[in-house]
Formats: sequence, C-alpha cells, structure tokens
Amino acid sequence: MSAVNAPSYDASSRQPDGIRQVRALPRRRPGEVFAAVALAGPAMALLLVLFILPVVAIVAVAVTDWQFGTRSLNFIGLANFRAIFADDIFLASLRNTAIYVSIVMPGTVLGGLAIALLIESGDSLRGFYRAIHFLPFMATLAAMATVWEALLHPTIGLVNNTFAAVGLPTANWLRDETTVLPVLAVIGIWQNLGFAMVLFLAGLKSIPQDLYDAADIDGADQWLDRLITVTLPMLGPIAMFVVVVVALRAFEAFDTVQILTQGGPGHASELLLHTLYRESFEFLRAGYGAAITVVFLVIAITLTLIQARLIDKRVHYQ
Amino acid sequence: MAAISLDRLSKRYGGNPVLDAVSLDIQDGEFLTLLGPSGCGKSTLLRVIAGLESQDSGGVAIGGVAVDGLRPKQRDVAMVFQSYALYPHMTVAANMALPLKMRRLTLLQRLPIVCRLLARTRATLRQIEEDVRRTAAALEIEHVLDRKPGQLSGGQRQRVAVGRAMVRRPSVFLMDEPLSNLDAKLRVTMRAEIKELHRRLGVTFVYVTHDQAEAMTLSDRVAVMLDGKLRQVGRPLEIYADPAERRVAEFIGSPKITMIEARVGEGGQVHVGSRLLPIETAQPPGSLIVLGIRPEAFTLVAPGAEGELLAGRVRLVEHLGSDLYIHLEGAGQAEPVIARLDAAQAPHIGIGEQIHLAVHAERMLLFASDGRRIRAATDRRPVAVVSGLRAAARAEYAR
Repeated sequence: MSAVNAPSYDASSRQPDGIRQVRALPRRRPGEVFAAVALAGPAMALLLVLFILPVVAIVAVAVTDWQFGTRSLNFIGLANFRAIFADDIFLASLRNTAIYVSIVMPGTVLGGLAIALLIESGDSLRGFYRAIHFLPFMATLAAMATVWEALLHPTIGLVNNTFAAVGLPTANWLRDETTVLPVLAVIGIWQNLGFAMVLFLAGLKSIPQDLYDAADIDGADQWLDRLITVTLPMLGPIAMFVVVVVALRAFEAFDTVQILTQGGPGHASELLLHTLYRESFEFLRAGYGAAITVVFLVIAITLTLIQARLIDKRVHYQ
Repeated sequence: MAAISLDRLSKRYGGNPVLDAVSLDIQDGEFLTLLGPSGCGKSTLLRVIAGLESQDSGGVAIGGVAVDGLRPKQRDVAMVFQSYALYPHMTVAANMALPLKMRRLTLLQRLPIVCRLLARTRATLRQIEEDVRRTAAALEIEHVLDRKPGQLSGGQRQRVAVGRAMVRRPSVFLMDEPLSNLDAKLRVTMRAEIKELHRRLGVTFVYVTHDQAEAMTLSDRVAVMLDGKLRQVGRPLEIYADPAERRVAEFIGSPKITMIEARVGEGGQVHVGSRLLPIETAQPPGSLIVLGIRPEAFTLVAPGAEGELLAGRVRLVEHLGSDLYIHLEGAGQAEPVIARLDAAQAPHIGIGEQIHLAVHAERMLLFASDGRRIRAATDRRPVAVVSGLRAAARAEYAR
C-alpha cells in the first residue's frame, strides 16, 4: 500500500534508478553484509514462506493431476490448463468476473468520488457522513450478506415490497439468471464505496487552496470549471490508485457469492475465486484448482504492475 | 484604469479582528506595498481586494465602482501567489492561456473536442495562443512554454505566475509575497524585474510583503500594517525617517532603532539620565517619554564633548565594508545600542573599548509612553529636509 501517497504538488526529487545506484556503491565490509542480512532477513523469510513458496507450490501443483488428500500424483504438463480453457464453467466464471469487475470498478470509483466531493463541499456533519459511508467497508461481509439476503428475499424482502409499493417490477433477485450478477455487483459497490471515498477525501484534502484561489482569479469559478481545472487533475494519482485497488478487490469477490448464491442459478454468478475454491476444496481437484489459481494470479499481478507503472509515470506532475 | 478605494474594512476570524477599520486610497498606476509582520492581516486585506474573501463590514471600490459581492473574475484583478499556484498538470502555455480561455470561450466551446472544430473557436484559440506567446516573449519564458511547472526553476515559475497574471491585461495587479520562495540572489533580480514590469505596464500594483527591503525599493507608497490596523501610509523614506508611532519605528529599519527612556523637565526640556537634550517638547513636565535613534544617526565624539548622549563598552563590531555596526552595552540601556558608523571615520574601534556617541537634535524621534509620536518643539521642518540630515550631521562632526 505504499502508493497511497498524496499527489505531490511541489516538485520533489525523484529517486534515481535503484539498481544502478546499488551497483555504483563500493564493496561492502563483512559487518555491513551481516547487518543487512539480519535486518532484511526476517522480512525475506516471511515473504518466502508466505508468498513466494506458495506461488511456486501452486505452479508445481498446477502441472500435476493431484487430488487433494491423495498420496500420489503424476506430472501431466499443461493438461490442466487445456482443460480449464475447455471447461464451460471456468469460462463462464471468467466472463462473469469480467462483467462483475466492469460494473463494480467504475461504480465504486465514481460513487466514491461523488460522495467525497459532496462531503468535502459541505460543512456540517462531515464526520457522520464519512462514518456511515465507511461502515460497510469495515463490517464483516459475511454478516452483511445475510442482511442483503433478507432485503432481497422474493416475498418478504424490503426491496421487493418497496418496488411493489411504487409500482416497479419485482424479481427473485438472487435466483434469476439475469439479475443475480448485477445485484452482486451492487453489493460489491456498496461494500467498497467507503474505501474509495476515504482515499478520495484524503486526496481532496491535499489539494492546495491556492490552486482554487488561482482558478477563481482566472475565471474558473463555476463548480464544473473548478472540477475540470483543479480537482480532477489533482486527484489523478489517487484516482489511478483507487481504480486498480478496487479492481483487485472486485476480482477477489468471494463471500457474497459463497453465502448468497453458491454461484447459481446455473453458473450465472460463478466468480473466479469461488470456482477456484469449489474445484480445490469441494471437488478436491487440487491440480485443476491450482491451474485456475495461476490464471487468477496472472490477472492480479498484471493489474498490480499496471498500477505501479501508471502511478510512477503517468499521473505524477513532476 | 483603476484606483482602489478601501473604506473602513473590518473582518474577524472567530472573534479575532484581522482587519480593523482599514481605509486606504490607492492611486491609479501606483505601486503600493502592504508591509507588516506575519499575521498582521496584510494578506487577508489583499484577498479581500481580490474578492477571494469577503469583509464583515466596509467597502471596496475599484476604478470608482463598488465591487463588494462581485466574484474575483468580475473585478478585473490579477493575482500572483506566494506559492505561484500554477496548475501542475498543465504546460506553461496552458497555464497562461487559462484566464483567456475562461473569458473568451463559452463553457460549450471549452469542453468537448468536437467544438474545437468550429471555425470561430479555432480562430479564438489561435488568438489566445498568440497572446500567450507575446506575453511569454516579454517575460523571456518562450522556450519553456511546452514544459510543466514541475520542470521549471523557481525563477521561471515566478515568471510564469506573473505571465498568467499579465496575459489578460488586468487593471490591478495583486501580489502576495511573490518573492519569498526564491533564494536571496534571485530575489534581488526579480525585484528589479517587478519594478520594471510596473513601469512598463503602468497599472496599479498592490504588493504584500514582510520584507522591508522589498517595500522600500519597489514602492511608491508603503502602508505599514500591525495587528489588523493601518499604522502609517507614506513614501518609503517618510516611513523610515518620520514614523508616526513607536511600533512603526521599531518595525521599520534594520538594525533596529534604539529606544532610550527620557523624562520631560521644566519648560519642556528633555532629559536622558542627567543629560539635557538640545530639544524641547510640549509634553507636561514630569512625564516619561521615549527617545528613538536610528543606528546611522549616531556620531562618534570625544569623551565629554558637547552633545554627547551616551557612552558604553563595545561588545561587537560588524564590518560591512563601507559601514560598521557597533553594538554597545552598558550605556544605561537594557538592550545593546546599535550604532552604524562610517568605516572611514571610525577605523580602529575594538571590542571592549569605551566609546562616546552623540546625536544631532534633528535625528531624535520622540514618542509618548503610549507609543504616539511627539513632534519636538524645535523640529518643525518638513519631512523632505530630513533625508539630507545624515550628510548634515556628518559635516557637523567633521567640523
């Protein structure tokens, strides 16, 4: 999360290329090497045990036919990958995840930005609005999912009753193939909105008042002009960060699917992480599940790399 | 053309008065500096003139028109900020073009790319580009038009900020400590450029600073502000030589003016300790007053010479080439007395030496115990004469 730095306004010197700098250093004494190992060692060990080794293990398992719990396994090459890309359920899951992310990401970012702008533009009850919008993010989603289930209940749910009362069409939201994914996406937006809002609020705070004053003097004093001239460009770095982090969080959606729909009806709400979980731990096809995990990791790492690149290069005004 | 008239402006922040009945008339084309320490309300006053903040009471008129309640853009003022406040995501050219675009293009013409295809919009944009280029050429920043502010040096940013203010030819320039983010050398250069800019544009400048040197060198008139009140408004020399009150005298001038307690005796005579001063005052006998002496008003005299005011031990000597500052202690004063002497006339003063100083009657400034300036009864000459007094005092010493 090191990228949550506010958009820096004044020019500050960028770090030179780290690798080149290390090479340029003179030979180190043994004491320094020992100190470096002692200081970096624990973190390296944890990284190795908790991240790098599991990834290696996953890749290794993905090229076998291992069944979870069995004592034997065979190397089968890329057969698992060929299998998942021929599997309709996995493809549906991939497609659903893409749709889910493409609703949740813009919905959360735009919603969070709008709420942050509204809160920042008013003077009263700021803390209150901040808190209530941030609550869903803090709450346990598993518990909140049951609340949503009650709200969306086809006969006694508040949503259907309200819709019926005002003459809108009702639906069996979570059991209907056409509505289930959008409804899950709405819950996803609801959950992440506060997160995006808090980041945007921090970004708004770091915009120097002088810029707004200058915009006033220059004649950009309508809200739309101020937004276009100062606010949005100055929020650029933070917006890029929010976009990528929210996209990653959306990719990882699992609890709502598991609790509300189990991927159903049919496979209409099957999302990647849920498919992965089912294949690995319900059907115990560890090798197959590992192959899905590798695909998932590739997507996540790609997003992270994009974030690192964009935040470094595109949106810092230096 | 725009004269500015401020009428009893007052403003409070949470009970604290930051502007206290400020009235001031600024002439058309004048360079007026608001000078005061941090927190004296000078920046707030500038922002009220700009329309960025509103006053609690009182009125602002620019060019004879009341502008209270008008937005900054309707006031025909331009402002240069201490931080420059350049838009970091825009190129220099875009920064400078913004005020023109906001004025010459409609919202629709500014927004989508499609509308740029309209011939009329394109012509306006070309005209704006041309104006920006001309202004940039005048400020010698043409070569950085395509860069972003983050890639510029402090001095270049300063010029861009001035350029953005200049490009739409406002009738009033407001500058809020525009030089304080620059290093000392650049500050002197830019100071000269701002003076030159004012001469060339001939419009009204209101300049806020806490730096006396800037105020003294740039201004037609200086307005000294302390605690939200205008204490004195006048030509730079006048403020220095003829301060209206003790705090103005203490604020202006470096090193600081020396203040010596004095007593009024029979017939308006003024005594410092046992010495009788060659001036008289109309203050009632027995009252305590304060005698203020600028460092350069002191002259070196022989012990016991006529007119000797004080004597003390030299604690510190600062050589400045042409002049030297002598810090004197034990002259009956709590704070060291600082005298500025001509290096040629006081060549061999060493630390620890006992020296004797005299002051010409005309260089003595009297203040009442409440800080008000008292005009000495013998000093009735107009201010302009005072400027020549240093030379006169020297000539007298030489005799």
